[in-house]
This record gives sequence, structure tokens and C-alpha cells, in this order.
Amino acid sequence: MTATRSPERTDSERARFRAGVRRGVPFGVAVFAIAVSYGVLARPVMGSGAPIVMSIVVFSGAAQFGSLAILAAGGSVGAAIAAGLLLNARYLAMGLGLAPSLRGRPLSRAAFAMAIVDASWAAASRGDGTFDPWYMVGVSALQYPGWVLGTVVGVLAGSALGDPRALGLDALFPAFFVALLFEEVRGRRKVVAAAGGAGIAAVLTPFAPAGLPILAAAAAAIAASRMRP
Amino acid sequence: MSGIGITIVALALGTAALKLVGPLLLGGRSLPAPAMGVIELLASALLAALVVVEAFGHGRSLTVDARALGVAFAAIALLLRAPVTVAVLGAALVAALARAI
Repeated sequence: MTATRSPERTDSERARFRAGVRRGVPFGVAVFAIAVSYGVLARPVMGSGAPIVMSIVVFSGAAQFGSLAILAAGGSVGAAIAAGLLLNARYLAMGLGLAPSLRGRPLSRAAFAMAIVDASWAAASRGDGTFDPWYMVGVSALQYPGWVLGTVVGVLAGSALGDPRALGLDALFPAFFVALLFEEVRGRRKVVAAAGGAGIAAVLTPFAPAGLPILAAAAAAIAASRMRP
Repeated sequence: MSGIGITIVALALGTAALKLVGPLLLGGRSLPAPAMGVIELLASALLAALVVVEAFGHGRSLTVDARALGVAFAAIALLLRAPVTVAVLGAALVAALARAI
């Protein structure tokens, strides 16, 4: 699916951005719904303003849900920050992967880097280790307003919606990542990397602090990269 | 500043720093071929791990509950080539139904 819809290298920056926006529409809708669930779940723990501010300045489902879970369980601020950063440590790897595909001044490269989200980074991968930065920005474009607006709706509508678990809202976020996984996993090596990553996370979860099992899953990518394509 | 305020500032700065390190330090230089091979596979490994933790994780234990049932619905719907929105919103519906029964 990725191959047929991705733009060619020779397309203009605007054409590649627009192709990304079109590709990003379903992700934007899903992210909006997930942000509503975040707003509903966060308001009793953090108040009304803080979840909205956090969605504006952090813009990361993994870090926001991860830190919320720890704060809601009565965990310390330090533990919430550590878990959020570990969950987002994958952005370090994603930024390193994107870097060789970026041209221009540091400020321009920084702007592209800030547009990294899981869905757009994976969609912008050309499959040979290089990325299409304008396509990535396009896929991200609807997710930012979707994430912020959804949080506002969730915070405002939270008390009217009732128990978020009764509505199944906690299934939205992991289901979204299953959708990202389906977009991404093509070919034997990626299947092995995904299966290995899932296995590592399952084995480590009972023993390691939140976030570490996800970071450790990178070992599966290293192992799978040594297989023949 | 409150604990929640500190959490927000630290995660905003930390997340930005994680995204920026590669593009600012590495610039337009290429990584060696073996590293590119690993990066190509990183998303698969990390996304799969995130699914396991978010679908089955309950603190430090793994549980199969209504949430996992909803996520399983999403996986089956996507296998049958359903659109992303149907799969994701359907997951919430299935989890809600499972809890209502």
C-alpha cells in the first residue's frame, strides 16, 4: 500500500506535501478520537488546563498516556518524566534515521525533525533507509490540530461522557498503533523485527520500569537486520 | 511550579531534544550501511513493542481484558483491509460492548 501511494522523488515539494496530507487524513481522524480519550482520562488527574497545554507542547501520545498512568497511580513526578522520556526514546532513533535525508540549514532541519510522529515517519520511509521529508510533514499536518482539538473536546466533554473505560476509550490508542504496524510491516525482515520486538516487550514488562521494554525492543531490529532480505 | 507543571515542561523539552539530536548533530551526512539497515527495521520493532505494552500492560503485569479484545478486533479488521478509522473506532466499540456484557 505504501509503495503505490507514495510520491516519486521527482515530484515537487508541494506535490509531495499534498500527497502526505491526503495519506494523513485517516490518521488525523484516529488521532482526534484518541486525543478525546486522553482529555477524558487526564482531566480528573491533571485538571482542565494542564492536559491541553501538554498536548500543545509535548504532542506525543506515548509520553502523555505513559506519564498519566504513573501520575494517576500515585507515582512520583520523576517516575512520570522518566517513563515518558523512555517511551519517546524511539524518536532519537527515528531522528537519526531521518537526518541523512534532510538538507538545508540547521533551523530547517530542526523544523522537519519536530514534525516527526510515528505515523508520518513510518509512511515517509522509502524502504531503502531514506525518507521523503515533505511527505512526512504532510502526513503529520492534520495530526497536530487533531491531537490538540481532541484533547480540548475530551477535557470539556469528559464529565458528560461518563466512565471512559465503559466507552472502551482505552482501546483506541493501542488499536491505532496496530494500524501503524500494519502500514509499516512489509517483508520477512520487518515481520521478524516486529515479532521479536513484541516478544521482548512481553518478557521484560514484569521486570523493567515503564518504557524500557519498548526501548529494548530495538534489539530485535538489530538482529533482524542481519538476516538476508 | 507544581509537579504536573514540571512533568509537562520536562517532557516537552525532552521530547524535542530526542527528535532534534540526529538532524542537528548528524546534518546531511549518511550513516554507514549496517546502521541504515537497522533503522529501516526500527519502526516495526518499536511499534510492535508499544502495542504489546499498551494492549496488555497493566502496570508491571500483562492482562487480557476487554481492551485487548478491542485491539484484537482492530487487527482482524485491518487484516480484512478495513480502513484505519473503522478499525480504531471499532476497537473502542468492541471493548465497550465486552465491558457491558
